[in-house]
Amino acid sequence: MVVTLQHYLAVAAILFTIGVFGIFVNRKNVIIILMSIELILLAVNINFVAFSSYLNEVSGQVMAMFVLTVAAAEAAVGLAILVTFFRNRGDIAVDDASVMKG
Amino acid sequence: MPDLITALHLSAPEATLAVGGLVLLMVGAFAGEKSSRLVSTLAVGLLVAATAITVTGPLGQAFNGAYVADPLAVYAKAVIFLSSAVAIVLGDGWMTRTRIARFEFPILIVLASAGMGMMASSGDLISLYVGIELHSLALYVLAAFHRDDLKASEAGLKYFVLGALSSGLLLYGASLIYGFAGSMRFEDIAAYAATNPSTGLIFGLVFLICGLAFKISAAPFHMWTPDVYEGAPTPVVALFATAPKVAAMVLIARTLDGAFAGLHDQWAQVLILISLISFVVGAFGGLAQKDFQRLLAYSSIANIGYALLGIAAGTTLGVQAMLLFMTLYVIDQFGFFAILLSLSRNGRPIRKISDLAGLRKERPVTTLALTVLSLSVLGMPPLSGFWGKWAVFGAAADAGYWMVGAAGLVASVVAGFYYLRIIKLMWFDPAPEQAPTDKAPIEAKTIAWASAAFAFPLVIIGLTWLEPLAARAATGFGAG
Repeated sequence: MVVTLQHYLAVAAILFTIGVFGIFVNRKNVIIILMSIELILLAVNINFVAFSSYLNEVSGQVMAMFVLTVAAAEAAVGLAILVTFFRNRGDIAVDDASVMKG
Repeated sequence: MPDLITALHLSAPEATLAVGGLVLLMVGAFAGEKSSRLVSTLAVGLLVAATAITVTGPLGQAFNGAYVADPLAVYAKAVIFLSSAVAIVLGDGWMTRTRIARFEFPILIVLASAGMGMMASSGDLISLYVGIELHSLALYVLAAFHRDDLKASEAGLKYFVLGALSSGLLLYGASLIYGFAGSMRFEDIAAYAATNPSTGLIFGLVFLICGLAFKISAAPFHMWTPDVYEGAPTPVVALFATAPKVAAMVLIARTLDGAFAGLHDQWAQVLILISLISFVVGAFGGLAQKDFQRLLAYSSIANIGYALLGIAAGTTLGVQAMLLFMTLYVIDQFGFFAILLSLSRNGRPIRKISDLAGLRKERPVTTLALTVLSLSVLGMPPLSGFWGKWAVFGAAADAGYWMVGAAGLVASVVAGFYYLRIIKLMWFDPAPEQAPTDKAPIEAKTIAWASAAFAFPLVIIGLTWLEPLAARAATGFGAG
């Protein structure tokens, strides 16, 4: 079987959907949300690199590098905010993040 | 080599902010915790300098078209940098009074401004994404800046999760656009989109619009807005309500009316839908609110709907109307937040709308200022908000969307209820027995009065030079 562009796009689309569902369906833990975000970004990276190789054009791979860097920075900021939340609240369950409503 | 020098010259405003931010970080680190006043002052100076560099700088393209310095970018950056400077002025005093002053606060705003500048002059998908992340990462931290406060850290967490999700959607859209158009550059995408409106490209465009709609808090992507407005520190919310929204609106104008001008028929439907939902959510959601900042969140959702209407028109006039609307809106918003920052009893800020009852006796000038600002956001002629809405509705009607404009007018009437309730409470309701209001801090008072004075009568003079500037900035975007 020859692996074509469509296969890569399908894998990326599936990973992306799993990531988005991971954020909305998950009702337990913020860490899982961080993992889902990471999954979304990596799915997008597969897309970029696959397109870049298919089009024989380099800027998609440049973008993939930027996405990786930003994903690392985003995880750092997210964990830092999570730590302040944990200090004030005592746990990180999503259900409890509801002081404000309306 | 000369290329690099030209490129650096063109991108000098962002370079100044980025390098200046790092220098300020060193100043703060060496001078210690007490240096927040000094760093704030320097940061305001840096932002004003960046504005001056932007306004006097050359125009052109740099880094193979990834960075564009055109009249639109100059206009947007002047508004963004000056709003950030005002937010630092408002924030420094408040942070000192609440005893959470840290030198990181102005630095984060400076770094966010560098990102917002990148957004305003992005010329391809890479600089679009990097600009958005550069400002978002700083704003996530700012939302949770009051780190001992449960509400602030919850606001930060919610903003982070939804913001990261929106970046993911935007990025997925960008990857599809790149794949189908075969290039990251907006110019190439524009050339491709004009001739081949392929399904994949439109699919990607819809994802991109969803991601950007999150950043401007347009309904149905507004879920984070009320919580962040309520939970985050007030000066931070004053920033959220102004500079990032201008940057994201300009970015939307740049992508939709620039790169995707050829697909106007397709994306106009999406934008019309988003602005209609924003009208409804903003107008009806605000009716039941008790917290002032939460009310302002719903008011901002409705107002973003009006601004989007200008872009949906797809004409140069529409982009011009959007720029004018956003500028006048930003000035009004600073007035609201400055008044919120200047009202407190026994050191506790007044947050409930019902606490404004009978304010007229204690603070007549502030009451007058809040009245003028409320009427202005409501769109009462001849105040500034009216001229913004007039321009946007005019552009929409011109492009044949007068039904949507009429829906916007109905939404204004509904939203009028909550603005008029504030006015009624302040002027006609008896004040309950309570502690007297504290003396207003000088900087918040000045900004509040200046903003109210701009809402009327200074706006008449202001419009005569804002309008040609907005017209010049909008040239080249949209049809005709």
